[in-house]
Amino acid sequence: MPKLLSGAEIVFKALEDQKVEYIFGYPGGAVLPIYDELKNHKSIKHILARHEQGAGHSAEGYARSSGKPGVLLVTSGPGATNAVTALTDAYMDSIPLVCISGQVPTHLIGTDAFQECDTTGITRPCTKHNWLVKDVNDLSRVLHLAFEVATTGRPGPVLVDIPKDIQFKKGKYKFFKNTLKKKLNGKATHKISNLELDKFIDLIKKSSKPIFYTGGGVINSGPEASKHLRELVSLTGFPITSTLQGLGAYPGDDPQFLGMLGMHGTYEANNAMHDCDLMINIGARFDDRITGKVDEFSPGSKKIHVDIDPSSIGKNIKVDLAIVSDVTVLLKSLIKRFKEKNKNFLNSNKQKTSKWWEQIEKWREKKSLNFINSNKIIKPQHAVQRLYELTKKQDTFITTEVGQHQMWAAQHYKFNKPNRWMTSGGLGTMGYGLPAAIGVQIANPGKLVIDIAGEASVLMTMQEMSTAVQYRLPIKIFILNNEYMGMVRQWQELLHEKNYSESYTAALPDFVKLAESYGCVGIRAKTPDELDNKIEEMINIDKPVIFDCVVDKAENCFPMIPSGKPHNQMILGPEEEEEISDEGKILV
Amino acid sequence: MSKSKSAYSVPGKFGKIERHIIVVWVDNEAGVLARIAGLFSGRGYNIESLAVAEVDKKKHISRITIVTEGTPEVIEQINLQLKKLVPVHKVADFKRGEKDILFRELAMFKILVNSKKLEKVKKICKKFNPVILDKTNKSVVIQVTALRAEIDKLALDLKSLGLISTSRTGAVAMTKGSKIFN
Repeated sequence: MPKLLSGAEIVFKALEDQKVEYIFGYPGGAVLPIYDELKNHKSIKHILARHEQGAGHSAEGYARSSGKPGVLLVTSGPGATNAVTALTDAYMDSIPLVCISGQVPTHLIGTDAFQECDTTGITRPCTKHNWLVKDVNDLSRVLHLAFEVATTGRPGPVLVDIPKDIQFKKGKYKFFKNTLKKKLNGKATHKISNLELDKFIDLIKKSSKPIFYTGGGVINSGPEASKHLRELVSLTGFPITSTLQGLGAYPGDDPQFLGMLGMHGTYEANNAMHDCDLMINIGARFDDRITGKVDEFSPGSKKIHVDIDPSSIGKNIKVDLAIVSDVTVLLKSLIKRFKEKNKNFLNSNKQKTSKWWEQIEKWREKKSLNFINSNKIIKPQHAVQRLYELTKKQDTFITTEVGQHQMWAAQHYKFNKPNRWMTSGGLGTMGYGLPAAIGVQIANPGKLVIDIAGEASVLMTMQEMSTAVQYRLPIKIFILNNEYMGMVRQWQELLHEKNYSESYTAALPDFVKLAESYGCVGIRAKTPDELDNKIEEMINIDKPVIFDCVVDKAENCFPMIPSGKPHNQMILGPEEEEEISDEGKILV
Repeated sequence: MSKSKSAYSVPGKFGKIERHIIVVWVDNEAGVLARIAGLFSGRGYNIESLAVAEVDKKKHISRITIVTEGTPEVIEQINLQLKKLVPVHKVADFKRGEKDILFRELAMFKILVNSKKLEKVKKICKKFNPVILDKTNKSVVIQVTALRAEIDKLALDLKSLGLISTSRTGAVAMTKGSKIFN
């Protein structure tokens, strides 16, 4: 007869068998038996957050930068509800998270007990799946299944709710593997056929105005996928653009790369998307910030869509060739087949796409990311550019909050490797970047981790600085401080007659003093001439730093496609502002 | 403000609305119905009717039949989204009006009748396999099986004959012939 273990022991046994090294969490009444067991498992380190949302984003940052699932441990009631934002964020951006939550004892469920909430009910729409474990003998099966669901197919968060009495009860433990075999789980079960590959290759060969449009699916597929993508792009000589989530899969400084596309993407990327005759979407999902007005989205192109999630294909945009597959698997076989039959394609095809490249160069000449710099006041774009120049020589990891600073970071920081860029894209969660940086630093000790932040966002999870100090995580919080919720202010300026309703933050804290009170280092830069030295100073401090970069309050993020507009109607800069104020009114 | 302003795109063209019957085989576990219903409400799909019961006691498989309406794109999304749920085994999708599919709904009517009126009631219900489940000198409970529209009409016709209460199931569906859905 196998040895019986308590529910809490089973939890750790399962985590050990899943090779979990870190869990992010916060204790509470309904999860105490699990916390009590923590001391007996030296291979698992617990990172104590200051709020469960922070723990959740840290787990996300850990997962995104390491490729491993993030594990989150919270108590019942408020512990679980606080984790909901992070779970939803992970759901939108396809980040594998396993959240273990405590629950009131089974006999109290449904009685409105202290710190009781319907956790599985609340998290049902923001997880891939969740479980309430009412029998300790189900626990090991459920936990292993949870890891499998989170990490296979399109990754995402899952939650296992464990009542307190189940954590005490003794039961059997078994290591379950691949229990989902029978199931689709959004996973491609069909083998890619040569017919599909030949169709793909045929479309490539026929195109004279092609473009690759790649997304987070390439990153989620693992570093192999990025290698194959680079090979395919160089084999074909085609231009490539990337979504916000896909940055880093292809080198940001390569001449074939047109920059990010979408609402704040480059002029060349968006125009190329609009005018192309072949769009090759690899691991992106035709999000509304990408497509703009759906009816006028890239009207003349054939479209190929590669996605691991069948429900992503055809959801927003109809495509001509749909391939349900993991990116690595598809690219590997595509490149093999392509090479077999098309030796020297690059040279023989050069002529065919030469006009297209000429056109792209013309768009490029607009230099849509340009801004009017100043020698008196720090322009936020300039700050990001300097940060990039001064950190590009080392392997740097960037996280962001949400808003203007996020877009400036995406536009001006060039990523050369996957898993170096962690940002909340789908849900757009202000307060994501600081806790995410903590998770990134834990997964990548010794590496430079910077949260490019806005002062409004970062205050939402500022308490996590305390976590960074406790675990000696030398994360750098680089705040582009304009005292406004910048993106809100921008929309109000452009669409709401400059009625800056509640978007100005009065009474901001002194970030330098705040840093000191947390026990980390505060730095402030006020003028462009001191910026470089202060950034250098920040990089060289082996402690957490809050960098208060005082920037132009009125700067807007351009270029920009006003929502509801097609890609070829971008606004390039402030000189065109008058024009949009009018046009903006047409938007719904 | 005459026109609203937002950061979101304007809606595109809408396709033609179709009615579909979607059959879902699921593990009969706690919360499975909430998952299905939540998927529909969360993504803004319609549920016209829904019928659920366990059909395999040993494997604990329930068969859920959902009648829904939507554009072909929405119907496709419903199918694909359902297939992603962990407890879902398979999904079948029938368009209303397809020839080789059988649909039935069951209804019970409670009618206040005397014997003279009862004959009338029986006559109206004749085509729909009427069964008298309960009878008193003042009332009768009749069960019929029919299509949705037929039951709608029947309920309307029975109104003047003393119908006081209606209870009906959602539609269930099955393919004709020896084939089953795989």
